[in-house]
Amino acid sequence: MASPTRTGRLQRAPENFVSPELAGDIVRHGLDETRRGFLRKSFQAAGSVLAAGAGAAAWAQQPAGDGDQMILEPRPWTTSLGRPVAFAPYGVPSRYEANLQRRESPGLTRVSAASVAFAPLQGFFGIITPNGLHFERHHQGWVDVDPSQHRFMINGMVRQPRVYTMDDLMRLPSVSRIHFIECGANTGPEWGNAAVPTVQYTHGMLSCCEFTGVPLSALLDDCGADLVQGKYVLAEGADGSSMTRTIPMEMALDDVIVAWGMNGEMLRPENGYPLRLVVPGVQGVSWVKWLRRIEVGDKPWNAKDETVHYVDLMPGGLHRQYTSIQECKSVITTPSGGQVLLDKGFYNVSGLAWSGRGKIKQVDVSFDGGRNWRTARLETPVLSKSLTRFNIDWVWDGSLVIMQSRAMDETGYVQPRYGQLREVRGSRSIYHNNAIQSWKVAESGEVSNVHVE
Amino acid sequence: MSTSNKPLSVRGRFRRLAVCCLGALAAAAGGAAFAASAAPDASAAPAAPAAGKFAGVGRAATPAEVAAWDIDVRPDFKGLPPGKGTVQAGADIWDGKCATCHGSFGESNEVFTPIAGGTTADDVKTGRVAALANNSQPQRTTLMKVSTVSTLWDYVHRAMPWDHPKSLSTDEVYSVVAYILNLGEIVPSDFELSDRNIAEVQALMPNRNGMTTDHGMWRVDGKPDTHNTACMKDCVKEVKVSSQLPDYARDAHGDIATQNRVVGPVRGADTLQPPLAGKAGEHAAALRAHAWSTVAGAGTGAAAAPAPAAAPAQAGGTGAAGASQAAPAPDLAGARIVSANTCAGCHAVDRKMVGPSYRDIAAKYKDKADAGEMLIQKVRKGGAGAWGPIPMPPNPAISDTDLKTVVDWILSGAPAAN
Repeated sequence: MASPTRTGRLQRAPENFVSPELAGDIVRHGLDETRRGFLRKSFQAAGSVLAAGAGAAAWAQQPAGDGDQMILEPRPWTTSLGRPVAFAPYGVPSRYEANLQRRESPGLTRVSAASVAFAPLQGFFGIITPNGLHFERHHQGWVDVDPSQHRFMINGMVRQPRVYTMDDLMRLPSVSRIHFIECGANTGPEWGNAAVPTVQYTHGMLSCCEFTGVPLSALLDDCGADLVQGKYVLAEGADGSSMTRTIPMEMALDDVIVAWGMNGEMLRPENGYPLRLVVPGVQGVSWVKWLRRIEVGDKPWNAKDETVHYVDLMPGGLHRQYTSIQECKSVITTPSGGQVLLDKGFYNVSGLAWSGRGKIKQVDVSFDGGRNWRTARLETPVLSKSLTRFNIDWVWDGSLVIMQSRAMDETGYVQPRYGQLREVRGSRSIYHNNAIQSWKVAESGEVSNVHVE
Repeated sequence: MSTSNKPLSVRGRFRRLAVCCLGALAAAAGGAAFAASAAPDASAAPAAPAAGKFAGVGRAATPAEVAAWDIDVRPDFKGLPPGKGTVQAGADIWDGKCATCHGSFGESNEVFTPIAGGTTADDVKTGRVAALANNSQPQRTTLMKVSTVSTLWDYVHRAMPWDHPKSLSTDEVYSVVAYILNLGEIVPSDFELSDRNIAEVQALMPNRNGMTTDHGMWRVDGKPDTHNTACMKDCVKEVKVSSQLPDYARDAHGDIATQNRVVGPVRGADTLQPPLAGKAGEHAAALRAHAWSTVAGAGTGAAAAPAPAAAPAQAGGTGAAGASQAAPAPDLAGARIVSANTCAGCHAVDRKMVGPSYRDIAAKYKDKADAGEMLIQKVRKGGAGAWGPIPMPPNPAISDTDLKTVVDWILSGAPAAN
């Protein structure tokens, strides 16, 4: 496999990127004759190089002969002129990254406007979710709201019901905070048994962004909210579903944000442009998108998503309502289900941990199905109600392994095993499954989703 | 159907809002849309007390504005507008506007989980749905779960019908709710639901006593259910794998190799093939090659353009020249229109949902001379019978141009982007 001869298929070098349209584009953008001619020659030269592409030779670790052809033979990108600035005015990932996309889970829902697109956690680094890969959950489709027509109202038990335009809100003192958002139904298909193959589908209703906006407490204060009688607020969206959720006043006053910013840009339409609620530590359904209204009241509302959905069925047949907090949880993302380790040897096992009750204090990893554990490194920053990245060194000897991660938050609560969780909640809850995830590594290197009691 | 002696029906109110919106659209990003002060009604705002801490930011809401948006109805019926509606009137509305998704009797499981079913006369007496405890129903219907009738009213009013939310009048909402209640045999078929008797209906809701907030997950300092410990050594006696994915489900999520990065410590497994046998490292070259073929397979260098539908079929991995000369990309404008509109609620490209797949439609009509015009009329005006009893709703809003684009795309075989 390490032969230096080009056994791989012939393909045009990736750098042969100058389509006639681009060439025309460069011309239109005012390059002079000399410069244009130079560019043309360079591109023609690049186009004539035949690269080995993904043939075995391209990936070879052990060179034959004089050495690695990737070093000895100049690569086309080393010997040609690259693309101009602002070629892609809104940048996009390398085409080699095209596989990492948010995806629906076949069979989970029947209508794509009331469905979920899962984030590809298996490919993420660090704790920040790229905006284009943030998971999606819509109840009645997504809309792209005209910000000039958007209004935000606070009414109910306030001294003065008030209306704000986006211009108004974005003048106010803002904060920027990094928080995870997790759907209450994340890992829901796994309550009874292993049901889906990869971490994208077991845990991908999870994202983490830096959100920018004005604290809801400032707006409630601006309206003179009745903080004695007003025990709850109702958040309502401006889309067709006009979705509503009840939030306890103590949360509303604590760290809830009326947000427009997401990782440095405005919210994406799928995530509520131009305004959404950020309710740190609480399940995503309460982070109302396209937020148009907050009402202050003295009782909960028992909205559709508080009594028909987002209720946790307990073994005796009772439903728990308002189960909001996303409890401490973790998952190994590399390696994870559906992946194959290429060979034995050293690996950096990496994953994510989070808690809706505060900061992550410790993450332990087991390579023997939960018998013995080692403590992982927590990467900074370790923030409250945010994802925390953990890493741990591991040398795989090629034997069958079951790996798990187990997180502890600053309250001392330790993520439960499946057996412990099912003992209390049964297996029909759908929501709030924060059990320890197990990945089996077969001797072939293939990783799969298994449950260990 | 219109509301009787009320100031302004909900439908009327929304018509008025719609007119406002049009005005704003006409003004584009002009002053009207961004206006911070309410235009004609501003003088009607209540005299502002000390609220408004940020000079020049925000303003008092007018009573009309609050009334227009404050539509929520609580379990104590705060917010419920007066009105009434019969089961029979609800049945008529249901057939025209609800049955498409929910089935004639709220039993359909095609688009959403059923609304009715699973509750008994005994549940109406006890307020606890027995099927939830004994797990005797295949799935939980709306009426098995919903604990308050106010929720039905609020939700139908704010979000239904699915593709035309907020289009029902107050009395129509009462009627539809009455019909749903009758489907669950909570009220008789000659019942008229109104703001006056809705509290009595609440006392009949089958799952009214089925909810609890006695748990530690509503407050950040709540008490957790489980008490695992951070044991580090010899924590379990025996490691028992209780569940794993069956081999027959291996390809249920497609080829996982296409969902993973093509560089790094791992590759995605080719889940269209059986699980790998053998030892570590034996498959590295094949894994790398297969992964690579998922992003750069045709090797044409045509990175910017999405692969045409025809290409994957011939992308065996060797013929760079062949792939680069693939048929021109099909026109996907029609695909974009249907996926961005309510069509997607009932139709898919290659599988039956509520309605037939686009490709089935293409297959059925492609050889008919007047198929294009016939389908345009069908989409525009709606109809029933060609594909079963569930009616196709009319689509008055789609433009002629878009409609023609969609129909042309369907009749060209409904090609997909990839």
